[in-house]
Amino acid sequence: MSDFEAYLGKPSRPVKNEVEKGAIRKFAQAIGDNNPLYNDEDYARNTRFGALVAPPTFSRTFDYGAIEGLSLPPDGLIHGEQSFTYYRPVVAGDVLFCSSQLTRVFQRSGRLGTMVFLVFENSAVDSSDRLVLKETSTVIYRKGR
Amino acid sequence: MSVSYKVGQELPKLVKPPVTRTQLVMYSGASGDFNPIHTVDEYAKAAGLGGVIAHGMLTMAFLGQMLTDTIGDEGTLETFSVRFREMVRPGDVVTCEGRVVEVEQATDGERIHCDIQATTAPDTVVVSGSATFLLSQ
Repeated sequence: MSDFEAYLGKPSRPVKNEVEKGAIRKFAQAIGDNNPLYNDEDYARNTRFGALVAPPTFSRTFDYGAIEGLSLPPDGLIHGEQSFTYYRPVVAGDVLFCSSQLTRVFQRSGRLGTMVFLVFENSAVDSSDRLVLKETSTVIYRKGR
Repeated sequence: MSVSYKVGQELPKLVKPPVTRTQLVMYSGASGDFNPIHTVDEYAKAAGLGGVIAHGMLTMAFLGQMLTDTIGDEGTLETFSVRFREMVRPGDVVTCEGRVVEVEQATDGERIHCDIQATTAPDTVVVSGSATFLLSQ
């Protein structure tokens, strides 16, 4: 666990992510959501959004960059929790700069043995440096697997 | 828009078609999450999962659809949080539900706080959480 604690609060270098309309449509198709805001460009253009809109969980697919030196075990990780705070909608054509940091590390013992909880906070800002969204992911790592 | 919400009110339920293996492959491609526990049975079995499992984020996306269907084009989703509780597998039918727990009058409209959950038959809560959305006036 102390291995992970060394990386607390060290942000990844921001990565530029371009929000492509094809990627939004593919995502909407995969989740089976026919909302015209995600699929029909003409429709979306005439709404207050002005362009295809990204579904609420789409931002999880962005590249938030690697925290230098931190490597997670390839197997046995469990996605425990996920949350999003939106400051404005993400739309096709957005150029966002995304970064990640480890904000909490804690351990719990339960029926499955000792689990290490890693809480990552990701954020996306636009080219004017305005915050667009924040997400928090809790990843659980089972020790001794 | 003059939809008005009351505490205790249920949001319109969303029942998704059964999750398919093809959908898991599509979601892997669309999300960039290529962990083989979602697509390769042998791998998932070796990992002790008994077969492939759906991405937790796919079930969260279903809940997202329930929320945006409810909110419509004029509402704004502000927060959306979940805990992943149980695994979803191919063939599972996921039902998404929500209930209003607080209605807050804001300067810019009405802010609705909800509890949300996704279940698989017969009665397993697979994902639970909360969300907040703003309906402008």
